[in-house]
Amino acid sequence: MNKDTATYLKGKRKQILEKWMDNQVKDAALRDDLMSVAELQQQSEEFLTALLNAFGTPEAENTDSAGYETLIDILNEISISRARQGFSPRETNMYILSLKQVLGQQLEQNPALDPSKLSREILSINNIMDSLGMTTMETYIKGREEVILRQSNEMSEISTPVIRVWDGILALPIIGTLDSARTQVVMEALLEEIVATSSRIAILDISGVPTVDSLVAQHLIKTVSAARLMGAECIISGIRAEIAQTIVHLGIDLTNIYTKASLASALKMAFSMLNIQVTRGAKQNLGF
Amino acid sequence: MIVLSKEKLPIQREQDVVLFRNRIKELATKIGMSLVNQTKLITAASELVRNMLRYGGGGITYLEVVSKSSIPGVRLTFADEGPGIADVTLAMKDGYSTGKSLGLGLPGAKRLVNEFDIKSEPGKGTTVIIIRWKNGL
Repeated sequence: MNKDTATYLKGKRKQILEKWMDNQVKDAALRDDLMSVAELQQQSEEFLTALLNAFGTPEAENTDSAGYETLIDILNEISISRARQGFSPRETNMYILSLKQVLGQQLEQNPALDPSKLSREILSINNIMDSLGMTTMETYIKGREEVILRQSNEMSEISTPVIRVWDGILALPIIGTLDSARTQVVMEALLEEIVATSSRIAILDISGVPTVDSLVAQHLIKTVSAARLMGAECIISGIRAEIAQTIVHLGIDLTNIYTKASLASALKMAFSMLNIQVTRGAKQNLGF
Repeated sequence: MIVLSKEKLPIQREQDVVLFRNRIKELATKIGMSLVNQTKLITAASELVRNMLRYGGGGITYLEVVSKSSIPGVRLTFADEGPGIADVTLAMKDGYSTGKSLGLGLPGAKRLVNEFDIKSEPGKGTTVIIIRWKNGL
């Protein structure tokens, strides 16, 4: 890019900012519910100043050069915060693209540029802005991925509640795929709860586990062994008919572990192991 | 044997396994496979795809709907470019594992499907092809 162009644009900073803001505010994709116009104004001003400064550096066409460092930092910050605030990719990229348009229009009004020079300058500005647009998208996606990662971490934690169903009996409904990381969470939660409640029986319910392969079985066996070391017995419940057949064909040996088809029968078994008798008493008025 | 449909699914991370299993379930449901047959196929596939991830460093799977004498089935191919298996006969034995697993993956998968073919060359990779027919025979 020509030095004079950079100087010219710098001189027109105010007009460019005005037009750019105008474009952004007019655009249908503006999300004034997510971000106020005043905030946008401040953000845009900061960004434009950094951009025009970068235009003036010797390596103005290379967005990887040192002159763009501050600008890229600002841009990353904007994209990440927009990804978190829930802006769509279109709305995020519109930010850069609308500025590109304004810069082009401003250059057209520069009397010092003849048509061939003008097209060259516009092309070089386009290249720079496209490259910045790409950076925006990359950062935006990174921001989104962070959100997804956080959600999957949260999910694996909230989906392993240990329930105290009776005095001395814990139940642990396992839902979803049981991989190594999940097993770790499940095992820790269970063992801690066994200590905290001094329970003697834990029921692991696998009704919500879609596929029981040898790795899942191995994880279950490990959890049961660990609980046994702490003096608690485990019952695995929720073994469906098709899973039972599959386990047999796979050759997994679960004969040392108590297994039941339903949580109800597992609870019944737990009662008999603890010598608890549940009887139907005379009808009482409980008020409901 | 006629191939009715074919798709490719690369497996690189543990998260891909869930997607892969769901895709098999869709195919198996489409050809009307019973729940038990479906579960057996998916479990076998799960074993093989885990092996591929753990020992082969990921790879490519092909999911096909095939048909032989008008009986439909699902054929799955697992191809990796990992270190390969030194002794396939030994690897197919119950309880043999070079990792710390139960050693039931390969032999168990074989018992869960109708057709099982394994080819491995040390240093070049392993390819496993399995078929389960709709009627399970």
